[in-house]
Amino acid sequence: MLRVRGLTKTYRSGDKALDGVDLDVPRGQLMALIGPSGAGKSTLIRCVNRLVEPTAGEVVVDGSPVTGLGGGGLRAARRRMGMIFQEYALVERLTVMENVLSGRLGYVGFWASWMRRYPQADVDEAFRLIERCGLGGMHDKRADQLSGGQRQRVGICRALIQNPALLLVDEPTASLDPKTSRQVMRLLVELCAERNLAAIVNIHDVALAQMFVQRIVGLRAGRIVFDGPPDALSTETLTAIYGEEDWNASRPTEEDEEDEAQARAIATRLAAEAR
Amino acid sequence: MSANVATQGGAGKRWRPPPFIANPWLRLALYGGVALYLALALGTLQVNWGRVAEGLVRGWAFVAAFGSPDFTSRWAEIQEGMIESLTMTVVSTVLGVALSLPVGLGAARNLAPLPVYLVCRFIIAASRSFPEIIVAILFVKMFGFGPLAGMVTLAFATIGFMAKLLAEDLEDIDEAQVEAIRATGASWPQMMVYAVQPQVLPRFIGLSVYRLDINFRESAVIGIVGAGGIGATLNTSFDRYEFGTSAAILILIIAIVMAAEYSSGIIRKRLQ
Repeated sequence: MLRVRGLTKTYRSGDKALDGVDLDVPRGQLMALIGPSGAGKSTLIRCVNRLVEPTAGEVVVDGSPVTGLGGGGLRAARRRMGMIFQEYALVERLTVMENVLSGRLGYVGFWASWMRRYPQADVDEAFRLIERCGLGGMHDKRADQLSGGQRQRVGICRALIQNPALLLVDEPTASLDPKTSRQVMRLLVELCAERNLAAIVNIHDVALAQMFVQRIVGLRAGRIVFDGPPDALSTETLTAIYGEEDWNASRPTEEDEEDEAQARAIATRLAAEAR
Repeated sequence: MSANVATQGGAGKRWRPPPFIANPWLRLALYGGVALYLALALGTLQVNWGRVAEGLVRGWAFVAAFGSPDFTSRWAEIQEGMIESLTMTVVSTVLGVALSLPVGLGAARNLAPLPVYLVCRFIIAASRSFPEIIVAILFVKMFGFGPLAGMVTLAFATIGFMAKLLAEDLEDIDEAQVEAIRATGASWPQMMVYAVQPQVLPRFIGLSVYRLDINFRESAVIGIVGAGGIGATLNTSFDRYEFGTSAAILILIIAIVMAAEYSSGIIRKRLQ
């Protein structure tokens, strides 16, 4: 689905954010990208849809190369990649519906989008997504009237209405409380399963990542230093990713048990839904 | 001096904000210098008290005329001047705001390439560095007496004012929203109307309304140098010592400016 080869980004200041990253994400896989601040997580996902121009390397989505595309070709490629942001990045003064429909901008012409004359199919899909993400009836509210969790759901709708093959998710829970974080992660897991999407999720909260994803990739100083299933993360690997720290002391056991119990409940529910 | 000295030890430790200028000698020298300059400057003022007394009487006659403003004897001229001024105001504001859009866009460093940026910043600087009255004199020389010169002056001044403020708003927009819209595969014009326009439009409309009432006030001033409008009528009444008529005109100007101020306040509040 997503194939990245030798991806390198050197910023004009001389900082090497990515250093020859190779990565494959198959269809239907939710992958968490962890690593300390400044490890290049944001740069990596922005190089995939070329909001940041990579210095070297190759990005291939769905069999077609993204690197090397010019204007129109790049815009067409971006339609297949939905992006979800840390601070939601909604257009604050537009309504929920306008924000969701803005995900279709790559498909409709300028006048149609300016006059808000979207094809009926898009509007139907927007209503369906708004309902699906638990925002039913809020379509005419302005984005700045919503709570953090609601805004992130709008962000998710905007990414999904693009009909993407790949989701690029940048710190989706960093500005949310623990409960809302879990709800948002759960929603992402469910939606990726429903639509068989590949997803890269940048995340700081390792415990949260372990609860929800199938694969974790650790990035340190622009290089991949860990790639494996969530339960393969050990004290040694965390140290390799983040540096020396007393990892066991920073994991309160009671909360851990609670997390696990909730994770099990979610797993059972998902399994039941899948059946 | 002792402002920053704190007694040593735990409880009762005093705290004062650090002084604006850290070096006490430099601080004393600066404050002393300013005081000395003020004293000397006041000393050089030559006030002719006899002339002031005479002027006060004349001034009082003018103020007294406000008690009996004369709307009737020159009503036709006043009406004509007012309509001319209002026409000038509206036309110049619309024209200036429309022209300030491309200039403002070009003067935003985050949206425009460097050569365009420099040209647009030059236009803004040129428009803002000359007071309206100087520009009006120039245009009166070019176009002759009358409202055309005034209109061009006001439109020119509006471009500088609106473009500068628009450019600053554009440079302050939240880039995350722009990034999000770009990530959907939107084209450049779509990005402008979806991510940029919603962020700057309400303030831009508010500023346009504000500029409308500035332009009305300015139209009264530039009329004095022959650029048409109510200012010309006002100037004529001064020349004829018809202070009653002058007072009537001033009262009308004040009323219109206050009405514009009040309604622009309401409009701006509604827009947010």
